[in-house]
Amino acid sequence: MTQTPDITLSAHRLTRRYGTAVAVAELDLELRRGEVLGLLGPNGAGKSTTMQMLTGNLAPSSGSIAVCGIDLLEHPKRAKAKIGYLPETPPLYRELTVDEFLAFCGRLHKVARADLKNAVTEAKARCGLADMGRRLIAHLSKGYQQRVGIAQAILHKPDVVILDEPTVGLDPNQIREIRTLIRELSGKYSVILSTHILPEVETVCDRVHILHHGKIVFADRIEGLRRSRQVENLLLGVARPPAAETLGAVLRAISGVQDTQPLDNGLTRVRCAPGCSPAEAIAQAAVENHWGLTQLSPERTRLEDVFAELTRQDTNTVAAA
Amino acid sequence: MIGTIAWKEFRSLFASPLAWVILAVIQLILAWVFLFQLSQYMDNLPRIQQLANPPGITEIVVAALFGFAAILLLMAVPLLAMRLFSEERRDQTLTLLLSAPVSTTEIVLGKFVGLLSFLAVMLGLCLLMSASLALGGTIDWGLIAANSLGLLLLVGAFAALGLFISSLTQHPAIAAFATFGALLLLWILNSLVQDPNQPLLYLSLMKHFDGFNRGLIDTTDIAYFLLFAATFLTLTVRQLDAKRLQG
Repeated sequence: MTQTPDITLSAHRLTRRYGTAVAVAELDLELRRGEVLGLLGPNGAGKSTTMQMLTGNLAPSSGSIAVCGIDLLEHPKRAKAKIGYLPETPPLYRELTVDEFLAFCGRLHKVARADLKNAVTEAKARCGLADMGRRLIAHLSKGYQQRVGIAQAILHKPDVVILDEPTVGLDPNQIREIRTLIRELSGKYSVILSTHILPEVETVCDRVHILHHGKIVFADRIEGLRRSRQVENLLLGVARPPAAETLGAVLRAISGVQDTQPLDNGLTRVRCAPGCSPAEAIAQAAVENHWGLTQLSPERTRLEDVFAELTRQDTNTVAAA
Repeated sequence: MIGTIAWKEFRSLFASPLAWVILAVIQLILAWVFLFQLSQYMDNLPRIQQLANPPGITEIVVAALFGFAAILLLMAVPLLAMRLFSEERRDQTLTLLLSAPVSTTEIVLGKFVGLLSFLAVMLGLCLLMSASLALGGTIDWGLIAANSLGLLLLVGAFAALGLFISSLTQHPAIAAFATFGALLLLWILNSLVQDPNQPLLYLSLMKHFDGFNRGLIDTTDIAYFLLFAATFLTLTVRQLDAKRLQG
């Protein structure tokens, strides 16, 4: 990777209106080489609209987009050559075989005839499609079709890969494989990934933007989130709970526990001091006191909190955002 | 780029059973017409020869064959053209072409050329049947050439209109029927209009094909078909661009 990360994709004050409804409003976005950016948001937040604009499928009402410094609206052909896009529904011609389809995509993206074969083989290898070349796309399972979609997006070695909900409809194993693939891709390309699966963002992305009502309401690096996650609450559930006061007193005596709070569902929330993880001591106390430990888990992750708070449907938050 | 897209369309057409069925049915019907006309000619040969200026075998068999082919293609082209954009939009595969570094014009022309190549295969079969007459006698190659050119221009016009209507809707069936309706209307326009000086009459596809069918190559007719195709191809490009702007 380069030492001074250069900007591969930048969008400035991107706005898209449908009649009077505003789908995306004044969105600014920057992507550096080798970076994976997660675009997060509830349904209808404008993720897909944003991606369609970034790939030139939809013209923005106002604002500008530059891919590696080339203006997408002024030089669409040159800019599009640097983008690989997997839309929500993978655009596959079901009547073609995987090889035929990928070769067609390669030619569309002006991959030189001499390199075409290598490019197809490489993309297939990366996406675990090596043995699938002669199969008809119509006969592939959803997971493999998704892989063909990704292979199509990286075939011409674009600078920016844009993936719209790449793991939707896949089984857990396939999801893990696709995530590994995305992490591998980030070495060579910049990736934008949209999703509403929070753990996905945390495992795959370097940076996250949360979109709500067409605006970016949160933007941070994942490391920042991880750091703040160390202040975390634990949820404790026991089969034979003593009186609430006794329980509280025992727990507070453990170092690292700041406070306890009994919850309606019978669990107890244990607030921990920053940087401490008193889980082991709590478990030990539970065993010593014969409470019958049934649950000891971290409370909702930090990102989920942020997400829930920022995208709650009540009007106050919207007005504040 | 146009070639790449055209080749893909051509391949896709042959990958679908619909295209094969259409090809087979049309070939069957045309072969029947061909043989029927041929036997009519043979049966009536003594009487035909008594005429002062007797029509040749080409005029009786080939002209009828091409005239019939035009009507069959009027029905077949909407079915073949409906998939070009409607199906791509329904299956959301159009995104692939729109995100690739190709212009809208290249996409439209590519699809048009792809469909036209398929139709040219059909035309080729017609031509082969007509040429087989040369095995048993002398034929009027000029008339065959005029008919082939006319039919090619005609299906080009059909395909352009079909392509445009296909870009208007996501439902292939609607695209097919609307195209068929529009083509049929343009075809029978001359029987619907009473007054021979009506300018509307000028739009009739049949009237412009008739010249070619009789062996008359008229630049007015050629210009009509080329303009017809160009108009609808331009409209298709405009339509796709408008989609991108309006979403």
